[in-house]
Amino acid sequence: MQRSGSLAPAARVFLRNWLVYRRIWYRSLFFGFLQPFMFLTAMGVGLGGLLVASRAAFGGLDYIHFLGPGLLAATAMQVATFESTYPIMNKIMWGRNYEAMLSTPLGTRHIVLGELGWIGFRLATVAAIFLVVLTIFRITATPIALLAVPVTVLTGWGFSASLIAFTATQRNDLGFSWIFRFVINPLFLFSGTFFPLTQLPAPLQVAAWATPLFHAAELIRGLILNRLDPATAPLHLLYLVVFAAVGVALADRNLARRMRA
Amino acid sequence: MVYRHQWIVIASGVVEPVLYLFGIGLGIGGLVGGVQLADGRFVSYAAYVGPALLASAAMNGAVFETIFNVFFKLNYAKTYEGILATPMGITEIALGEMLWALMRAALYAVAMLVIMAAMGLILSPLAILALPAALFISAAFSAAGLAGTSYLRTVQDFDIPMGLIVQPMFLFSGTFFPITAYPLPIQVFMHLTPLYHAVNLIRGLMTGILGWGQAWDFAYLAAFFVVFMWLATRQMERKLIK
Amino acid sequence: MPAASDALVRARSLTKRFNAFTAVDGIDFEVPAGGSFGFLGPNGAGKTSTMRMIACASPVTSGELRVIGMDPRTDAREIKARLGVVPQIDNLDQELTVRENLEMYARYFDIPAAVARQRASELLEFVQLAERAKDQVEPLSGGMKRRLTIARALINEPELVILDEPTTGLDPQARHLLWERLYQLKRRGATLIITTHYMDEAEQLCDRLVVMDKARIVAEGSPRQLIDQYSTREVLELRLPDADRGRRNGQLDGLADRIEELPDRTLLYTDDGERALDAVHARQIPVESALVRRSSLEDVFLRLTGRTLVE
Repeated sequence: MQRSGSLAPAARVFLRNWLVYRRIWYRSLFFGFLQPFMFLTAMGVGLGGLLVASRAAFGGLDYIHFLGPGLLAATAMQVATFESTYPIMNKIMWGRNYEAMLSTPLGTRHIVLGELGWIGFRLATVAAIFLVVLTIFRITATPIALLAVPVTVLTGWGFSASLIAFTATQRNDLGFSWIFRFVINPLFLFSGTFFPLTQLPAPLQVAAWATPLFHAAELIRGLILNRLDPATAPLHLLYLVVFAAVGVALADRNLARRMRA
Repeated sequence: MVYRHQWIVIASGVVEPVLYLFGIGLGIGGLVGGVQLADGRFVSYAAYVGPALLASAAMNGAVFETIFNVFFKLNYAKTYEGILATPMGITEIALGEMLWALMRAALYAVAMLVIMAAMGLILSPLAILALPAALFISAAFSAAGLAGTSYLRTVQDFDIPMGLIVQPMFLFSGTFFPITAYPLPIQVFMHLTPLYHAVNLIRGLMTGILGWGQAWDFAYLAAFFVVFMWLATRQMERKLIK
Repeated sequence: MPAASDALVRARSLTKRFNAFTAVDGIDFEVPAGGSFGFLGPNGAGKTSTMRMIACASPVTSGELRVIGMDPRTDAREIKARLGVVPQIDNLDQELTVRENLEMYARYFDIPAAVARQRASELLEFVQLAERAKDQVEPLSGGMKRRLTIARALINEPELVILDEPTTGLDPQARHLLWERLYQLKRRGATLIITTHYMDEAEQLCDRLVVMDKARIVAEGSPRQLIDQYSTREVLELRLPDADRGRRNGQLDGLADRIEELPDRTLLYTDDGERALDAVHARQIPVESALVRRSSLEDVFLRLTGRTLVE
């Protein structure tokens, strides 16, 4: 099936999510603002107060400048993860939404593209609000920071697609506890969001290097603070593109298998 | 009554406070010189943040078991309808969840104590009292969760207790840094939150501070437990009558 | 392009296997255009698997299947555009309102929004849910949800509507309302395929049907033809005192064309039930209760498989 023929049907899957979301958008925006605001106040200002003597470890930055952009990357991961686990399982099994969609001309590929389009939209709004908060804390350096929005979306697509692929193989929600506990939370804490990888023992540094969140955090931090390293930035971007592409291929394959049984 | 809780899932929940201990305690701790305690002593950041993570884990476990599980059982899980038809049902489910929350808290507390002891982060033999204290904290937050769950109508409503109460407390109750960092009015406000007292109590026990401050923490939490237990019972009875 | 025969669905040696389990075992059938076609059989007979293959939801393992003249393997999108599907378990969108369910589903078919709005209004009238249009789905009764699912299946003006166990789980009043709506739908010229394990439903709704058992088709015809072919005109149902069970052997011989012993009843198949009952009394056989009725598809199924439909 040619790509141009997939986008219009996928847009209808997107439209369905919009129909539901427009009832709660104000709540979503409110918490989208409140969360980074609270985090930056507590960890950035409060904890940062204990770290004033350690600027060197954070590349000469105030702690809050180090933390804020990293937190945006971590938020992309968390939002994408949440949206791609329980809600997707609901549409596969509990509410059977996909079964209903598949009895129309829509196919599983349209569903995957539509859901990812939706996640992309959600993450773009999350990133935009986040940039407003970062600007309030005077963390954004130049308009280049706006490029963090597409990078956030790309990061989210990687996590979202991988988790849709995972969810499509699950028969109940128990697996999600494991994913949250052993994948998402460790990434959240150890991927260079809260502290530089140099604080970790060497083997863990290598492991953290291999994670997608590290590359997302580095790239987003570079864009927001306008400190992008031209040598490594393309590598970070390439990693994220490959991560998303592999995820999309797996999601497409696994969902088709699941729904065709 | 038998609930099909997933033991392995609950047991693996131990990794959460432990991850935070390693991540924040050591990762950030390596960059923080030391933190001053209420009695003027300076301790390492990991020793400072560890007890707070234990108290927070007790709170999170309790809130999760009560708010989420009871909500889903009351509103969604069709398999429980049979049990729920009898007046015994809801109260038993509620108490059952509370019991689970206590077991969870006990498990997490023991794990944290062992790991912190191994890392040399326990500064006083009084730390052994942190175990009953964690159970007590768990009971208090379970009661609050039980009382709160009956006010929730849809899954989206969870945003409100989690986003407006639980998470702010986790961030601001002296968990990660001393509340002396705040201006005085905010410090006074923090003294009103239950997690602040829970953190203060456990931190006191694990660092060897036992005085009027801890007695006040205990009294606050006891009152908190009584009030919310009363409210929870009343709410459950109402739900039955309706 | 419609196939040479004017059948809307045509199956030859149609087979569905799940690993070692054979759900549908080489069945042949043709669903003619117009009227309603039934698949009658107990749970697990292979009806739902057959429906899922027709609806392009599940791939054919082997054999040939043509739906509206097309092959589900290659033309699934085109086929689905022209089908309406009412699944056994409701899959309405719980997060949308009644009206949104119809309009959104129309959008999945690429029906323009204005047309979708108008059709939704008409269909809500048709299934008598117009006053619930703005409600969420969840508080609706089972019968209302099923009617909404039927309305949703009609949003693309399908040539063929597939209904899998349409009244399972509904109370008698809701069932009769639904039957009446389906009858109206038939009168409008739609072709329906209905699966059911209720013989009264098959008799009420189906012009033609196949009887399925253990993944195979065991008989085919109109309800009347099947009854004429596999049963007698009437049935005498007797309840005999339990103590007599042992001694009954032979007592009833010659009173009917065929006798079936069920755990709770004895069925005597005969063209004149009253006369058989008189004969039972004449032989002074003790009877707790007796009932003469016309033969039904239940009797056909019992004859064909030796089992009752609802066990």
